[in-house]
Amino acid sequence: MNVLPISPEQSSLVILDLLFKLKIKEVMTTTLITAPRGASLRDIQRLMKENGITGVPIAEGRRLFGIVSMDDIITALENGTVDERADRHMATNLVVLEDDMPLSFGISYFDKFRYGRFPVLNRNNELVGILTSRDVSASLLLELFKEYNKLEAQIQPPAPAAGERGRVRRKFPAKRYDFENAGKASHEIKKELTGRGYDPRLIRRVSVAAYEMELNMVVHSEGGALTCLLDPDRVELIAQDHGPGIADVDWAMQEGCTTANEWIKSLGFGAGMGLPNIRRVADEFDIQSTVGVGTTVRAVIRLPPVAPSPAPPQTP
Amino acid sequence: MNALDLARKLNWEILQPDGAETEIRGAYTSDLLSDVMAHAPADGLLITIQANINTVAVATLVHLRALVVCHRRPAPDDFLAAARREGVAVFRTTENQYRTSVRVAYALND
Repeated sequence: MNVLPISPEQSSLVILDLLFKLKIKEVMTTTLITAPRGASLRDIQRLMKENGITGVPIAEGRRLFGIVSMDDIITALENGTVDERADRHMATNLVVLEDDMPLSFGISYFDKFRYGRFPVLNRNNELVGILTSRDVSASLLLELFKEYNKLEAQIQPPAPAAGERGRVRRKFPAKRYDFENAGKASHEIKKELTGRGYDPRLIRRVSVAAYEMELNMVVHSEGGALTCLLDPDRVELIAQDHGPGIADVDWAMQEGCTTANEWIKSLGFGAGMGLPNIRRVADEFDIQSTVGVGTTVRAVIRLPPVAPSPAPPQTP
Repeated sequence: MNALDLARKLNWEILQPDGAETEIRGAYTSDLLSDVMAHAPADGLLITIQANINTVAVATLVHLRALVVCHRRPAPDDFLAAARREGVAVFRTTENQYRTSVRVAYALND
């Protein structure tokens, strides 16, 4: 198994930026070595040997039918079926990437699915490339990783925001397409409120608003931050991003209206319910957006006037 | 009924048992996470094809206790690890969301 030594969890911020900014189509190999369905496994083994590769997509024109890996060849050699047609032995249940996805997806797929390579399709389902774990570009990234880490080591991390008495202020960055970390802010906020012993239904409302705000920034914005101001009588959530802005806010506020693309929808997002959900759970809600500048969404949820006692009761 | 009993009764594959012995008080079927956030009942079961870590994040936030992945879709390692961390039980079935919903509704008498 050849897992990439880059993880969105542990990478420096500069690398994270790169991973989310670079698209798979900019990184993948586009000179494809493929074989038709009728090729024999022996032909494919020769292709592998000549080109120093371990997997060959079975494709005709730009249509992808399957993939034959080194493992399939070994199995065929063991079973004496190496002269049979590729389409009898290729894997057909394929995990593929889309060329428009950010590189971070490609990297997380290597962790998730443990394949050595992923065919890349374009929006029309045509085979346009292949992403392998030893891709030249990945090694380029590694070099950058080292460089940037050195640079970052010289910069002191900012101190966590100190709260005024009675008020807790937390700020969580949100990055475009960083689905792996989306939800961490809401999780933290939920933990904080749970620790204070608030009613689970109230906590749920805050959690829903915070999560939708985070996801909106991850899915739609160029990046931003979620700020949580926790006072004894209210929680205020402010999601502020730096672009691209919403052209028609009234339209975006309607349930089911979304500009999310297909692969975002395939992850379960982009239902067009985010903003309506926030408005529904909030006591106060407002949204301001300027195209080319950014969007700020603010939601307030009032807390019961007397702060409840912390969850574990004290006994004398 | 607790989640584990339900899973056994309906012959589901048990992918992540931590937290499975909790009482299930309803269920919701959806693949849209915002829709889940808006409508899923607390202490409920989610019937979905959406097996990724964001599903676990949503389940945790709205206090769902278990997930069942339909169509025997692949369950990535990070998804199961997150579910384990959060104590959200994960099951899997070969059936689709509709059939699973019917069986769950029947089993829970809901």
